[in-house]
Amino acid sequence: MTDKQDFVDIRHAQKSYGNLEVLKDISLKVKRGQIVAIIGPSGSGKSTLLRAINDLDPLTKGEIWLDGVQVNKKLPHRQYEKHINEMRQQIGMVFQHFNLFPHMTARDNVAMAPKMLKGLSKEEADKLAEEQLDKVGMLERIDYYPSQLSGGQKQRVAIARALAMHPKLMLFDEATSALDPELVDEVNQVMKKLAEEDMTMIIVTHEMDFAASVCDRVLFMDQGVVVEEGPPEVLFKNPTKARTREFLGKHLGANK
Amino acid sequence: MGLDFSIIPKHLDIILLGCAWTIGITVVAAIISFFGGIVFAVIALYAPWIIRQPFRLVAWVFMGTPLLLQLFLIYFGLVQIGVDLPAFVAGVIGLGLHFAVYNSELIQTAILSVDKGQMEAARTVGLSRGQALRKVVIPQAVRAVIPPIGNNMIALLKDSALVSVIGVSELTLSAQRVIGKTYRPFEFYILAAAFYYVINLCMEWVQRKIERRISLSR
Ligand SMILES: Nc1ncnc2c1ncn2[C@@H]1O[C@H](COP(=O)(O)OP(=O)(O)O)[C@@H](O)[C@H]1O
Ligand SMILES: [Mg+2]
Repeated sequence: MTDKQDFVDIRHAQKSYGNLEVLKDISLKVKRGQIVAIIGPSGSGKSTLLRAINDLDPLTKGEIWLDGVQVNKKLPHRQYEKHINEMRQQIGMVFQHFNLFPHMTARDNVAMAPKMLKGLSKEEADKLAEEQLDKVGMLERIDYYPSQLSGGQKQRVAIARALAMHPKLMLFDEATSALDPELVDEVNQVMKKLAEEDMTMIIVTHEMDFAASVCDRVLFMDQGVVVEEGPPEVLFKNPTKARTREFLGKHLGANK
Repeated sequence: MGLDFSIIPKHLDIILLGCAWTIGITVVAAIISFFGGIVFAVIALYAPWIIRQPFRLVAWVFMGTPLLLQLFLIYFGLVQIGVDLPAFVAGVIGLGLHFAVYNSELIQTAILSVDKGQMEAARTVGLSRGQALRKVVIPQAVRAVIPPIGNNMIALLKDSALVSVIGVSELTLSAQRVIGKTYRPFEFYILAAAFYYVINLCMEWVQRKIERRISLSR
């Protein structure tokens, strides 16, 4: 059932807020271990698409599939809640503003969900938190509260929190956009490490250099449609659409 | 007749016993009002309509009528329907529920002002809505309203004197009883006031300790 071709399969995703059509029939397939970047101007629907994948913002029409299972399948309310909670455990998400739990230490931020949902004992959950925080280079700060951490450190803890559920897919929504420039690299390094471990990732980003260096494929979105997609070396060097060229012209220029 | 505070030591044991009752009532009622406040807030915000509406009515009665009347109702009124509570229990329940309603108002507002991203992040790792409320949203909401809840608890201490009307020998009633024997109202009311003040200071101290403890985790 697990067709390698469509580990993540978004079919005709359509989303409206009232009269505003935010996603217009988007389809996207991602293979296991692939890394896809989504770029595009603000308001083009990147976050909405990402948040539809774990059903934080449910689609108006269309299907989301992960590893042969439909994420947003139609079920009676009760059953759907159970189903979606199970699916979300398999989909890690990292937010622009971290959304760490401020009343928990880094350790508890990471350990809480595995303890509650996977029935780990306190010792097992602690060990898991140590492993995951070590992986993102935050072991020394394991007993710190978020208020005692820098933005980059918070984001690394947030990544560890997502990884602790052993997700099949990681979603990043502008994970470095809220960071001071000097803190961006430490988070990018963690994401690169995940890439080397063949984590399947969908990354919304404004950092073209980073996208070019880690991604297998780049999508350029504008006004709710995928305008153009391709391998980074093609999309960044030889975009075919005028809109893509215009966007890249502004962005690559602004970065320099 | 002039003031004579030297009479105090002879009757101090009664006053101290009253003090102990006041502290007991306040602590137990405070605990009821704190956890009751959380439960009421969750009901008011999330329970199905059929539970929420009658509950709102009860909450409104608790806020809109005198505490004195509520105590009478619980102590004398419930007997008629076969619920015969000891005075201490009736007093503690009355005070506790009364202030639970006030705490619930604070906690409801605080729950609604917790950043939406917190619920989202909790749902994203797979927690249900209920689990996310319990582990993530409510603990943050409660931390945010510790100072105003502390103020309510001070008000609770002062209102605990009302429990004297159903015959609990707390501080105010004890002072009255001693005055009945000694005809020294000034000395003993001042003494009772001093004890209230000391308990008040202790409560503020506890509140400051709690606030300091949670200051990092906010
Ligand atoms: N809850 C909402 N209600 C109404 N409109 C929304 C809502 N969320 C997003 N939008 C609109 O959807 C469009 C796409 O938003 P978004 O996905 O956040 O874009 P991006 O992440 O690419 O900047 C924007 O025009 C935005 O105003
Ligand atoms: Mg966005």
